[in-house]
Amino acid sequence: MSEQLTFKPEDKPALSPMFLLRWEKTQDAHVLLYPEGVIKLNGSAAEILKRCNGETTVAGMVDELKALFVDIGAGEIETGINKFLETAHAKGWIRSR
Amino acid sequence: MPKDGSEVVSLDGQGKPMWLVLELTYRCPLKCVWCNNPLDFDQYADKELSTSEWKRILREGRELGALQLGFSGGEPMLRDDIEELVEEAERLGYYTNLITSGVGLTPERLKKLKEVGLKQIQLSLQSAERALTDRLVGARAHDLKLEVAKRIKAEGFPMVLNVPVFRQNIDQVEEILALAEDIGVDYLEFANIQYYNWALLNRDELLPTREQLERAEAAVNRARERLGGKMTIYFVIPDYFETRPKACMNGWGTIHLTIAPDGAALPCQEVRVIEGLEFPTVREHSLQWLWDESPLFQKFRGDTWMAEPCRTCDEKEKDFGGCRCQAFLLTGDAANTDPACAKSPHHHVIEMAVSRASKPHEPKPLIPRFAGAAAGAGR
Repeated sequence: MSEQLTFKPEDKPALSPMFLLRWEKTQDAHVLLYPEGVIKLNGSAAEILKRCNGETTVAGMVDELKALFVDIGAGEIETGINKFLETAHAKGWIRSR
Repeated sequence: MPKDGSEVVSLDGQGKPMWLVLELTYRCPLKCVWCNNPLDFDQYADKELSTSEWKRILREGRELGALQLGFSGGEPMLRDDIEELVEEAERLGYYTNLITSGVGLTPERLKKLKEVGLKQIQLSLQSAERALTDRLVGARAHDLKLEVAKRIKAEGFPMVLNVPVFRQNIDQVEEILALAEDIGVDYLEFANIQYYNWALLNRDELLPTREQLERAEAAVNRARERLGGKMTIYFVIPDYFETRPKACMNGWGTIHLTIAPDGAALPCQEVRVIEGLEFPTVREHSLQWLWDESPLFQKFRGDTWMAEPCRTCDEKEKDFGGCRCQAFLLTGDAANTDPACAKSPHHHVIEMAVSRASKPHEPKPLIPRFAGAAAGAGR
């Protein structure tokens, strides 16, 4: 395993060019498509990945998602985002930029 | 075959043929000794579907929920309508994959495929050494494949380099890794071949030894550590060396749908090896009927067809009893447990094959894919 990289608040994660993120009507969900694979995303994963555009910072994502999920505590959102970014990075879905 | 079962599974339970593979033709300029096309591949050339028939399948497939689309063969580049079909598939919203030997993928056609939106290309390579590749595929293909690989990267496609693995090339894993790294391959797949059709005919000469497998896997693990996320390396272990069967197609008729060159709708590409089944085509039926209602797709769907030891096995949800084709070919009954499973009363046929192939013996000549073989092979 490569060393785990923790995204810093000022980092701007970007979707790897190998992956295609889009809404799929037949699954009623966002999906991540890549060579010979499909990953169905839950709502929060999709919201984070949509913002992995190489321009939004991690701090920006936290702010935007706080506004989107008003029922969830701010701390929980931040932890959730960081945890998901770690997973997504480990799986090669996103890169740091 | 899905590479990342755990994630694909999350899409299950909805009964949609998410994976659509179009075997556009069985024609191919190569003569690979492990080819998975039927032994009577030459009987299909005049039955190939037309462009408009393939387009109808694309539309109906999308309506059924298909997402991943593979253009395969034979050599799909032998069809002169592949660009048109990719364009239509992209318009419909598929993720399009081209599975090719590289022969016929000229710079012009590659450019056109990029223009019409093709998403990724899977190119096959058999060894790191010109003479060996050329001998195994029965044509001067090695240099061309390398040239095509570089072109694919230059056009900016994600690329899977697929290396079918067998005794003759398994000791070259490190050289192939270096070659792939040099080309800038994104996904490298060492796929231990599966033994159906031509590969089964040549099995005694193709099966690697357990020691070879262990060395190869160790080399892959070292490379994974060295390369980190730069290149994803898959190493598909042959089920002959496992004690549990593969979760073939993720279960019969659950996510995978293959359309053969003549329009037969199949739960997997090999299924015509099972005798006594009928294979209706898209020429007579809608894709929806074929997937939902045809006797073929219902035959081994779910687990009510299972006999012992599968029926009461606590792993049946995990591997679905393995591969129906392998069960038929090696035990004579497609409803039996796949003999790759150590719990199968027929497991000895697998062990015997491995032991026979590992013992020193006078090598038999490899049988290349050739037209007219079906009669000779007793089918």
